[in-house]
Amino acid sequence: MFRILSDAGGATVAVLIDGRPYQAPRGCTAAAAALLAGESATRTTPVSGVPRAPYCMMGVCFECLMEIDGVPNQQACLIPVAEGMRINRQHGKAAVQP
Amino acid sequence: MSGGPDLAIVGAGPAGLAAATTAAEHGLNAVVFDEQAEPGGQIYRGIESVAAARNAHLAVLGPDYAAGLELVKRFRASGAEYVPQAAVWQIDAGRNVYYRSRGDVRIINAKQILIATGAMERPLPVPGWTLPGVMTCGAAQTLLKSTGAVPAGRFVLAGSGPLLLLIATQLLRAGVQPAAILETRPNYRAALPHLPRFIATPGYLRKGLAMLAQLRKAGVPFKRGVRQMRILGDERAREIEYEWRGRRERCAVDLVLLHQGIVPNANLALSLRCEHEWNERQRSFRPRLDAWGNSTVPGVLIAGDSGGIIGAKAAELSGRIAALSAACSAGRIGLDVRDRLARPLRRTLAHHLVVRPFLDAFYRPRQETVAPRDDDTVVCRCEEIRAGEIRRLVTGQGCPGPNQMKSFVRCGMGPCQGRLCGLTVVELIAECRDVSPAEVGYYRIRPPVKPVTVGELAGLDLDR
Repeated sequence: MFRILSDAGGATVAVLIDGRPYQAPRGCTAAAAALLAGESATRTTPVSGVPRAPYCMMGVCFECLMEIDGVPNQQACLIPVAEGMRINRQHGKAAVQP
Repeated sequence: MSGGPDLAIVGAGPAGLAAATTAAEHGLNAVVFDEQAEPGGQIYRGIESVAAARNAHLAVLGPDYAAGLELVKRFRASGAEYVPQAAVWQIDAGRNVYYRSRGDVRIINAKQILIATGAMERPLPVPGWTLPGVMTCGAAQTLLKSTGAVPAGRFVLAGSGPLLLLIATQLLRAGVQPAAILETRPNYRAALPHLPRFIATPGYLRKGLAMLAQLRKAGVPFKRGVRQMRILGDERAREIEYEWRGRRERCAVDLVLLHQGIVPNANLALSLRCEHEWNERQRSFRPRLDAWGNSTVPGVLIAGDSGGIIGAKAAELSGRIAALSAACSAGRIGLDVRDRLARPLRRTLAHHLVVRPFLDAFYRPRQETVAPRDDDTVVCRCEEIRAGEIRRLVTGQGCPGPNQMKSFVRCGMGPCQGRLCGLTVVELIAECRDVSPAEVGYYRIRPPVKPVTVGELAGLDLDR
C-alpha cells in the first residue's frame, strides 16, 4: 500500500512483523512499518472479526491496535520502531496474560 | 504539590509550542506534554528529522511546512520542559496531570493548564470506510512527513477541504500521481458573500489557485460534485463507486484517502467539563472561550484548533495570547504589559481569521455527508454500529441522545471513545428528531481519555 521514497535516507532497524524479519526505516512507527511491509490488515475486530488497518496514523482512531513486544492493544501509530521489536497482528479480543 | 510547573501544556503543535515559548520568556516554568516523539504537532510533524536527514523533502512538503522549523527551534531554545511520547489520560479539577511517557507513569500538579490538542479529521462515514486500504488524507500526509513514505499502487483522494488539495499536490511533488480526486460538492452560493474579503486577503487565494493549477497540469482527473460514495471490497478496498453528473461510476483502487475537513480534537477538554457549544458554521462543537483562551473551568486555557478551527498560523498566535494571559494570572506581568504585548498579536490573528468565513462556508459538509443516508454505513467503527440501527433506535425506541445511545448499543464506548463517531451520531440523532445538534449535545467524555492499564494505575505514587 505504501513505499519509501528513494531519497528518504537509508537507515533501518530490524524488526519482526508477525515473526517475519523486516528492515523498517529508522524513526518510523510500528504501524508505518506494518504498512510498508505490505500488511493490508493489522488486526481483526473483537466484535465481528472483520479485518481492519491503520486509519488516522495520529492516535485518535485506535484502528492500529497491535501486539507489540508481547503487549496487546498498543496504538502502533504512536510507537517508534526499535531494534528487534516484535510487531504482531491482533486477532479479535486481546488475551490477558496472568 | 509544590514544585509543579506554572503551566502544563498538552500538545506540541503550533499553539502549544508558541505558548510554551512565550510563557518561558515571561518567567513561567512551562512543561509541554505530547504524544509524538518529536515536536511540531500534526502540521509540522517530523520537521526536525526532515530538516536534518531528508532535506529534499522540505521542497516536497512546501514552504508552509518548512516554516515550522523556526517555531520548533525557538521552542527548543526557550527553556520550556518537553515530555515527548506522553499520553495524558486525565486532568482533574485540582489540575493534577496524569500521564505516561515511555513506561513512566506519573502525576504532576500544575498551577495552570493549557489545552492545545489541535484538530482531527472529521469522520467521513461511507459504506466500506472501515476496510483496510481506506485511510484519511491526513494519514497519508503523516506517512510522508514522518517516514518519507508514499502510496504505492492506484489511489484516489475523496471528500473535500483545503488539506485534500494540499496533500494531493505534495504527493505529486513526491512523484506519485492520484488516479482521481473525487470532490464532494462545495457550497458556492453560501460562500459567495464571503468571497470579496477572502480575495482581498493576500496569499490564500493565490495558494488555492496554484494548487488547482498544479493538479490540472499534472492531468489528475478532478471530479467535482461527487455523491453517494461507497467503497467495495471483501478483505480490503478494491473499488470506489460514486455518482457523478447523474451517472454511477466505478474506479479500481488499492487505496482510498478520505478527507472532509478538520474538527477540534476535544476529548481532553470535554473530560475536564469545559463547556462546549455547537458551532453551526463549522458543524462541530467548540469550547466556550474568552478573548484570552480561558475556558469555563478556572485555570484551564485552550488555544489553537482545539478551541475551534483557525489554522496553523492563527493557532500559533492564539497560543502566544493565551500564554500572556497565563503569565499575567501568575503575576509575572501586569495587565498593561499583557494588553500591550497582545495588541500586535491580535492584529495579525485578525488578518488570518478573515479567510475563515469563506473557507468554512465553502467547505461546510452537506447533510448527506455528515448523516449517511445508507443504513449499512458503519458509524461507530469500534462497536460496529450502523447508521440504520442508530436511526431505528431514535425513531423506534425513543433514544433521545448520544449518551443514551451508549446504554442502548455501546455506541461510542470502544477504544476511540467516540472520537470517530461522535459527530455523526449527533447529526443522525438531530436529523431523526428534527432538532439542532446544539439541542442533542455530545457524549459525556470521562477520563481516562487515553488507555491506561491496571498495572500502570497500581504503580502510581499517590502519596505525594
